[in-house]
Amino acid sequence: MSFLNTLINGNEGGLKTDGLTPTQKVTLRAVIVGILYYGLSALEGMMMRAHAISPLPMLDDSHYFSVMTVHPIVGIFGSTYLVVFGAFTFLVPYLMKKPLYSIKLANATWMLIAVGVLMSWLGGFIFHYAPLYTLYWPLPVDFSQFDAVGGLVFILGIALIMIGTLGFIYNIFATVFYTEEGHEKRPMKPLIISGLGIDGMLNIIYKLSGREPYSKEPAVSLPVVAIFRGTIDTFLDALVILTCGVLILVYIVGDLSGATMDYTSVNALLYKNFFWWGLDLIADGLVLIYIAGSWYLLAMLITGKKLFMQNIARAALLLELIVSWAVWSHHLLADQGQNNMMKLISGEMVTAFELVTQGIAIFITLVTLWSARPLKMSNELKFLLGGILGFMLAVPAGIIQADMGLNRILHNTQWVAGPHFHVALLVGLTMTLYSAVYILWPTLTNGVKLYSQKMANYHFWAHLVGGIGMGAFMGMAAMDGALRRTLYFDGEYQTYMILAGICGLLLLSAWVVFLLNILMSVGVKGLIGVFTKSKLTTKALVPEA
Amino acid sequence: MTDSVDVLQMLKLVYTLYTVAVISLMGWFALGVANPKGKPRLVKAPTFYTYVGVLITVGVAIHIVTFNKIPWVEIDFKRDSIQPAQVVNIAIEKHEFILPSPKIELQCNEYILFDVVSKDLTYGFGIFRQNNSMVTQMQVLPGSRNDLMWKFHKNGLYHLRSTEYSGPKGAHMYVKDVFEVSGCDEDDKHSQKGGN
Repeated sequence: MSFLNTLINGNEGGLKTDGLTPTQKVTLRAVIVGILYYGLSALEGMMMRAHAISPLPMLDDSHYFSVMTVHPIVGIFGSTYLVVFGAFTFLVPYLMKKPLYSIKLANATWMLIAVGVLMSWLGGFIFHYAPLYTLYWPLPVDFSQFDAVGGLVFILGIALIMIGTLGFIYNIFATVFYTEEGHEKRPMKPLIISGLGIDGMLNIIYKLSGREPYSKEPAVSLPVVAIFRGTIDTFLDALVILTCGVLILVYIVGDLSGATMDYTSVNALLYKNFFWWGLDLIADGLVLIYIAGSWYLLAMLITGKKLFMQNIARAALLLELIVSWAVWSHHLLADQGQNNMMKLISGEMVTAFELVTQGIAIFITLVTLWSARPLKMSNELKFLLGGILGFMLAVPAGIIQADMGLNRILHNTQWVAGPHFHVALLVGLTMTLYSAVYILWPTLTNGVKLYSQKMANYHFWAHLVGGIGMGAFMGMAAMDGALRRTLYFDGEYQTYMILAGICGLLLLSAWVVFLLNILMSVGVKGLIGVFTKSKLTTKALVPEA
Repeated sequence: MTDSVDVLQMLKLVYTLYTVAVISLMGWFALGVANPKGKPRLVKAPTFYTYVGVLITVGVAIHIVTFNKIPWVEIDFKRDSIQPAQVVNIAIEKHEFILPSPKIELQCNEYILFDVVSKDLTYGFGIFRQNNSMVTQMQVLPGSRNDLMWKFHKNGLYHLRSTEYSGPKGAHMYVKDVFEVSGCDEDDKHSQKGGN
């Protein structure tokens, strides 16, 4: 079969979209758009990497920082949120053994997020609105630097993303709690207790006191517990970001209507605490919890075995709930106005617990895999191991910078951006998501055969080496004083930047090869067909045999 | 006396060793878990609890070690009760540092307090060596006290740079050779004019 024919029709006939259920389609839509947004984010990342090597003539300062502003919006919300939400929209009903609460809402969710990301991106691209994702007060309302219309477009985009996020949250909780037609009413209490992971904690206490377990068969499976728990943080985070968005919007509307308001009415330090409390629920809350849940699920699916130390895993997820609400001060260790005890307790001590909670998730996952060996080194297994490696590197890097002594010389350096969050997101999170994509692939596509295993192997190695390498060279530059969010014009860190750029290219090439492999597998016709209305009216997740 | 170069070199060494160890461990695990002759093995609960104990110890130990080995942590904690020998008042407005003089001479081995006020946006205040490595920094927020106490132990000439993004106009907030420390027994080899 010719290349062109395969590209259009797919591998061995490609994806037969007529046979896809509405739930399969809505999941695939979110994942496909998420993967495309990942590519946009990777391109933006490469623009900035190239600019760090040698300033690009077409990128002036305002354009450069607007790229830096939209890069995480596209990467986190456009890519990660969509892929994760898409996957969980399928997995929660799959694990709960009942249909999704609302397919219409799931469709609205991915569309709202996709449009919201596009609007925010346009706010940066057209208007060069560039307060960065941190939105430090009063920068977002500094209209001597930014066009208020650009701010309006950007903030409305963020608001759409958050509204879409609230839609996802509602759908997930509703799917857990609702009783499907023709079934006996499901009681709420055991679902809530199990969903929060409290039953795991009670089982440990009961065991220690010599009693029978509180619950032999938990009402909610462990991965759903993680999704449930992580979604609580997603909800709180959405509320905080929406609140900040409304505040900024008030000032923007004031400026546009000629009634400029005094920005000193808002205390910058108080705002920073509030904003980081919410934003950190992504980085130190839902990401870590969703990831732990995904690892547990992947380990169980790959091995076909029960998870090692299930009760501990459930209890650890509850502990992560408490921890994620109390760690935001590690972002304010360089703020001298922040209370020292807040820095010590929230910024250092509670944050250090993330080493424990994430360490537990890593241990449980690896032991579960080891207990089932020999295992075939499938795509899902190798990407899972890559994802675990990413967090083994990135979490300690975060704990190191969350130290009052080290933060003084690491804060806002490339250490934060490189070894910590880019390794966490690109290697840890993204490779875990790829593992989920590969394991769900046959279920979501009704068994489409992957076009090329060689391309999948290249995708794995280029992504792994590129991700770790880029983080490592950015970290080395940080040791020599390289700041993030700062432009250097005299070639100060050029060797490291060239090496980081080469690794960035590897990452970009990995995505291109992955995309081509997917496209050649499903075919352009199949890809387009995913976005047409399902011909099946069933509420079932997969076609009935 | 330990300075930021020593701390960062130690961190580079420790983290590189850790990275190599972790990558090796995962490589070994990947080979082992897919080894066709490999047999399933269960890990006992005490091993797990020992591992958790090690994680807690490491998490706490990092902070104890840095508190005892990095000199600026204690100064930072106690800065309200320490009488500074010299106070340097700096303001920032419209992306410009407003300095008391073009060159600021700093006393060696004395407590210096940098009191920085922002009149509009959130900025950063960072002191850098001639080789661009960082000496110290803090965030500078409008409406908050931004005070950084520091002791210099080596002679050198240092640059000032904003370490926080304050919009595109702040991309060039960089003042060269603004702080000069003299009177110490030792020179900062990374911060001598014309040095590396």
